[in-house]
Amino acid sequence: MFGYGFYVDPERCIGCRACENACAECDTHRGTSMIHVDFIDRRNSIASVPTVCMHCEQPTCAEVCPADAIKRSDDGVVQSSLKPRCVACNNCVVACPFGVPKMMTQLEQMMKCDMCYDRTSVGKRPMCATVCPSQALAYVQPDRIQVGRRETPTNRFRFGNQVITTKVHMMAPAGRDAIAVDVVDYMWEAQR
Amino acid sequence: MARPPAPLDDLARQYGPHRHDAPPGGYEENSRRPHSLVETHCCFCGQQCGIRLKVRDNQVVGFEPWEEFPFNRGMLCPKGVRRYLQNAHPDRLLDPLIRAEGGFRKAGWEEALGTTVSRLTDIQARHGKDAIAIYGGASLTTEKTYLLGKLARLGFGTRHIDYNGRLCMVSAGTAYKLTFGVDRSPNPWDDIPKAQVLLVAGSNVAECSPITTDYFWRCRDNGGKLIVVDPRMTPITRNADLYLPVRPGTDLALFMGMLRVIIEARLVDSTFVEQHTTGFDALAASVQEWTLARAAEVTGVPPQSIETAARWIGEADRAMGLHARGIEHQSKGVENCLAMINLFLVTGHYGREGAGCVMITGQGNGQGGREHGQKCDQLPGQRSITDPAARAHVASVWGVSPDEIPQAGLSAVEIMEAIHRGEIKGLLSMCFNPLVSLPDAGYVREALEKLEFFGVIDFFLSETAHHADVVLAGGLHEEEEGIVTSAEGRVIHIKQAVTPPPNARTDTDILLDIARRLGKEKYFPFRSSGDILDELRRASKGGPADYGGISYEKIDRQMGVFWPCPTEDHPGTPRLFEGGRFFHQDGRAHLQSSAWRESGDPVDADFPVYLTTGRVVSQYLSGTQTRRIGPLVDQYPEPRAELHPRLAESLGVEDGDWVAITTRRDELCFRAMVVKTIRPDTVFVPYHWAGLRSINRLTHRTLDPRSKIPEYKVSACRLRKVEPPPERLPVALPMAGAR
Repeated sequence: MFGYGFYVDPERCIGCRACENACAECDTHRGTSMIHVDFIDRRNSIASVPTVCMHCEQPTCAEVCPADAIKRSDDGVVQSSLKPRCVACNNCVVACPFGVPKMMTQLEQMMKCDMCYDRTSVGKRPMCATVCPSQALAYVQPDRIQVGRRETPTNRFRFGNQVITTKVHMMAPAGRDAIAVDVVDYMWEAQR
Repeated sequence: MARPPAPLDDLARQYGPHRHDAPPGGYEENSRRPHSLVETHCCFCGQQCGIRLKVRDNQVVGFEPWEEFPFNRGMLCPKGVRRYLQNAHPDRLLDPLIRAEGGFRKAGWEEALGTTVSRLTDIQARHGKDAIAIYGGASLTTEKTYLLGKLARLGFGTRHIDYNGRLCMVSAGTAYKLTFGVDRSPNPWDDIPKAQVLLVAGSNVAECSPITTDYFWRCRDNGGKLIVVDPRMTPITRNADLYLPVRPGTDLALFMGMLRVIIEARLVDSTFVEQHTTGFDALAASVQEWTLARAAEVTGVPPQSIETAARWIGEADRAMGLHARGIEHQSKGVENCLAMINLFLVTGHYGREGAGCVMITGQGNGQGGREHGQKCDQLPGQRSITDPAARAHVASVWGVSPDEIPQAGLSAVEIMEAIHRGEIKGLLSMCFNPLVSLPDAGYVREALEKLEFFGVIDFFLSETAHHADVVLAGGLHEEEEGIVTSAEGRVIHIKQAVTPPPNARTDTDILLDIARRLGKEKYFPFRSSGDILDELRRASKGGPADYGGISYEKIDRQMGVFWPCPTEDHPGTPRLFEGGRFFHQDGRAHLQSSAWRESGDPVDADFPVYLTTGRVVSQYLSGTQTRRIGPLVDQYPEPRAELHPRLAESLGVEDGDWVAITTRRDELCFRAMVVKTIRPDTVFVPYHWAGLRSINRLTHRTLDPRSKIPEYKVSACRLRKVEPPPERLPVALPMAGAR
């Protein structure tokens, strides 16, 4: 769907797994979910977070693929590995900074979220973002996402020295233009 | 003696619960073949989300979101996503069953229905009309509940008909009738985002009514504040502005403490109180002794939190309350609801956009299922069965004299107690699994074993149905047209997507056949669900729940019709009490005072911990349906006992260890889930499982004296660590039927 963006807001997730169940029911996924929900630290918190493929502009998974099996389409969607090329080496699974790709051992192929290509190409929203009952996953036009929401979308992530820009946006506390996950990024040394 | 005809493991092997994991032919095959789409609603829970079912070859083979339906706009929870897997299920009962030596045998309809009717009428001939009872359920369409009520009263002539909504909505219903003169959530859900403050009490919205989360988050985006009252930090609490970790069974003290703050801080809307209510002075006097210090002492909630919550409600222009079973499943469930409603009445938060206190109905047709005749004390249209005018109206619609309509009968738990005492000897049950869902399951089992005759209408063989003499293979939700009423009072249209397998029948067919065999066909001249709806409309007309102007066509056109809707040209009533006009004769809301009482199963030195029960997001009620859907089983395979690290450490228990929980009824073992998201004096276990996983073996039968709801949310227990794994537990996880 032209002009739509995908937004993840972990803070709104209620851990219900409607997204996982719906992803598995999508015709092209045939019973296997391409996304996952984690309870971050269930002993101490009810916080949960859904993980979808962030669809990086320079996908690490593709960069580390020895078989050149992972392609990014013109509209920025990073696809599952090409079956004839994939050697099931697991490089992508290990290298992805977000922990997205899954090795389907039985198929000897890496599969991952393709943002519901079959649905978005015929004017439907991705399955997970359609069913999510708590706005943790949203597929809307960019000018709609901030109507009323306090958080701001960002699509730049700093993993130490690696800065990744993604097609999917993460809702961040207002005023942040990038999400940094390493303490180093907040230290004075890192700013120099 | 209605004992299971074979060892429970054998019955479970034959009839399930078995898993169903994929659409007919498998995902691969299913994705290639064409299908049609039927716009209907999910069968699980009172949210009644719109959903499109994929249909092919008279089977439901998948789902598509229905984004045009305004309530959920395509959103679903995992139950809705996977609900299609209950169709074409290997456990589906395809023929009537009759108990035989060593198991059940398949029978023809003639024999099964003939036996059912002759055995029940024989008991009545020997012991009187009231020696049999009928159980119904709140997952049935409203047409079926109407038919069942009429069948009990005119067909069998028994006064004992009640339903599993007795375990769900009756405390709220009783409180709303006392205060407002009508039993319905006063506000449509579209009001929620417009409130400035939300008080959510005893409602695990994220798991039991997940779609409502979207309304809460929209409210917060608009600047609204969310207050959560619960002994557990449920998932919505992650975004709460104020969390009140109330001790189980003390909600009444919390609300009385809050009301006293509102009165002391002069936050009462005296104009509204004077013009639109009665009983304020008595109410104010009743909370005088509930100082912050005392309320905090009883509830375990900090005084400043109680005060802040009260002030936020009192100072807001628009505040809403939402409550569910947490405050209602108590021996003072009615008082809890009354006290919560009072907070919103005295502050003038009623009859306006974004203002009101509402109940979150739990079961699929929890609202409509209680309005039209399967409740022991009501006639269609939410009319009182003791009111002579109501009896005369319904009698005229039915073509009988008012004397022919029996008086009020016993409620669901009381019926089981009368069976245990030997006063009720025959039972016909439809859409109800009391062995799992009623409290004190050991007692329920004893009662069932005393029945002279037990007939069951259902599509899966539930654990209760193991005790049946005759099982009539009924229809699924998607096999019949009808209406249901959702949590917000919206009447919606359930479509027939498929027809029952060849030798099973629809529930309506079965009930009409029973009526014919009773020689009462003249009262049951229905040829379709639409015929039943037409009579129901006339029977409800003029009552509080007036469906007079509601038709399938109008529901489809308007995407639902909120009752009351008295005439064809009436659009329906999304918001009740506009302008402060309530349903009592005097047009006012009647503020009700309450006095503090302890729970019916008090915590003491021997049983020092509170046991409370509830639901998980992937299971529904007694699990008869959802324990048969593979992906939902995987999501939460067995009940875990949630306890705080502080309690766990005192027992030497770590996460994943086994604990024995003992109450004054029984003892069961569960795997521990050690989390800081529950009060240290409380243990929580969900209730969807049977046999040795059934927490209702431990709960007690104390009822609220007015609503007759059991006190599931407050039992006293003790815990100890035990060695894993207890050998007597069956190995196969979904096989929860075994002893």
